[in-house]
Amino acid sequence: MSSPLPKRLILIAALAAAALLLALASLLTGPTRFGSGEIAAILAGGGDPVLRAVLLELRLPRALLGLLVGGMLGLGGAVLQGYLRNPLAEPSVLGTSNVAALGAVIALYFGLAQAHPLALPLLAVAGALLGLAPLLLLARRAESPLSLILAGIAVGTLGGAGISLALNLAPNPFAAMEIMSWLMGSLEDRSFEHFWLALPCIAIGATLLLWNARALDALTLGEDAARTLGVDLRALRWRLLAGVAIGVGGAVAVSGAIGFVGLIVPHLLRPLTDRSPSALLLPSALGGAALLSAADIAVRLIPTADSELRLGVLTSLLGVPVFLYHLVRERRLW
Amino acid sequence: MVTLSIEALRIDLGGRAILHGIDAEMRSGSLVGVIGPNGAGKSTLARAVTGLLRSSSGRVAIDGTNVRAFSPADLGRRIAYLPQGQTVHWPLTAERLVALGRLPHLAPFSAMARADRDAVERAMARADIGGLRDRVVTELSGGERARVLIARALAAEAPVLVVDEPLAALDPGHQLELMDLMRAEAEAGTLVLLILHDLAMAARFCDRLLLLHQGRLIADGDPGAVLIPEYLSDCYNIRAWTGTIEGQAVVLPIERSSPPGAAKLR
Repeated sequence: MSSPLPKRLILIAALAAAALLLALASLLTGPTRFGSGEIAAILAGGGDPVLRAVLLELRLPRALLGLLVGGMLGLGGAVLQGYLRNPLAEPSVLGTSNVAALGAVIALYFGLAQAHPLALPLLAVAGALLGLAPLLLLARRAESPLSLILAGIAVGTLGGAGISLALNLAPNPFAAMEIMSWLMGSLEDRSFEHFWLALPCIAIGATLLLWNARALDALTLGEDAARTLGVDLRALRWRLLAGVAIGVGGAVAVSGAIGFVGLIVPHLLRPLTDRSPSALLLPSALGGAALLSAADIAVRLIPTADSELRLGVLTSLLGVPVFLYHLVRERRLW
Repeated sequence: MVTLSIEALRIDLGGRAILHGIDAEMRSGSLVGVIGPNGAGKSTLARAVTGLLRSSSGRVAIDGTNVRAFSPADLGRRIAYLPQGQTVHWPLTAERLVALGRLPHLAPFSAMARADRDAVERAMARADIGGLRDRVVTELSGGERARVLIARALAAEAPVLVVDEPLAALDPGHQLELMDLMRAEAEAGTLVLLILHDLAMAARFCDRLLLLHQGRLIADGDPGAVLIPEYLSDCYNIRAWTGTIEGQAVVLPIERSSPPGAAKLR
């Protein structure tokens, strides 16, 4: 124990500061510009009502959702890589993202999304929870995480097939376009209603996942050794599956499918920790929050002809080169 | 003092009886070797003793309490277990890995206390890996790795230590070093249960040997009483030279006791 605590604290503090600063920058990014005087007036409870609405009802929920969704994706990736002991794992590996997206697509396809703004996220969360059922059933019997991955692939494939079916049967190109565009992921035009829907889901999911820090460390030595170190593997699997389904389901419900954040963040941060799974959880959550906030600023700054660049497109476009560079440079991956 | 008792233990896996009718009682301060040919049920016995397997009938008990009745952490404080061919999935430093051995002692959501750090230091000193502290475990040599993994098991400071085939892939020098360490742990008061393939090491270091064959306990007693020509021929199908050289017990296989194919004809 040479002095791991300060180093870890510095990392966490730096990531938290970065996430916070990027969220503040996100508040100030967009076509409407704010001077410091106007912000002070709005914070004091006054100011121009239009500017006030832009800042507090459009920008603020968007910035907060960026933190929440990014944090959940980063944490989900770190937990799953630790549990599966596999560097390929990311939050979507258990199929949750796809079935949540399928729920959202159903809302779009049947026009429920127009009927009520919360129909889409609610159906997405319902989809994530339904997709959890077969996994939980399996987790009661199976010992190996490999069978969970296989079941996750099956559930995810079913979700993907449902989405394809909706696109296939879409009554007109515009309906298909709407579905496609939602699937690409965005935090544009989100309200506090979205925030209040995502917050409990992500809070519950993150709590269930953070609970497992010690069990994930024990799994470094494999299942048998972990059990003799006091880990209840069945309870661990249950918390993990429920945590991912609820948390990632809640995140996908408000943002659409945002790829790569959950995969790349744990990989980028692992060399800065002692490489044990528990040491990576909080930094990955903060790093994910910072990364998604930054990406959400970038989509507003990059000029496009028509609508904003989609967030999921950008995270993958920028994420892949960074990730490949990291792969080439790092001597060991995990 | 701790008493580990195996009572009429029967373990079935996949509908097959892997162990049956095993009875044995062991106490603190002894080095007990479990020997037997491949597939005799040695590792199954280790997994049953550590509470990893449910018995079909009979039980394993520590001081009269069934090992399956303890909470996982409670059992972890009583029995430390090093599985055969232990893999390490993340490139942790040796010190971080040894600290994992303290997990059963940690209160929920709390960091390592002074006492835990002291136990880690003691374990590293006993296994003599102080110099490897900051080295990454996945990059150590086989001998160094074996000592780090043993230190992880020692860090629990459990009264019972179960180690499954720790000598595999170690050169003779490191084998002797590891057996000396196991001997020292037993002399310090731990009950050490060791699964072994090397009969000479078993003869030389163990106080007592349990010989398993086809899921049954064939012999239980002093190495000299267990490693006799009759048992070696029946269980291992070998003829061996047994004796002492410079005061050390030696078992040297000479040939298979029946030519290939002969066993089938009988």
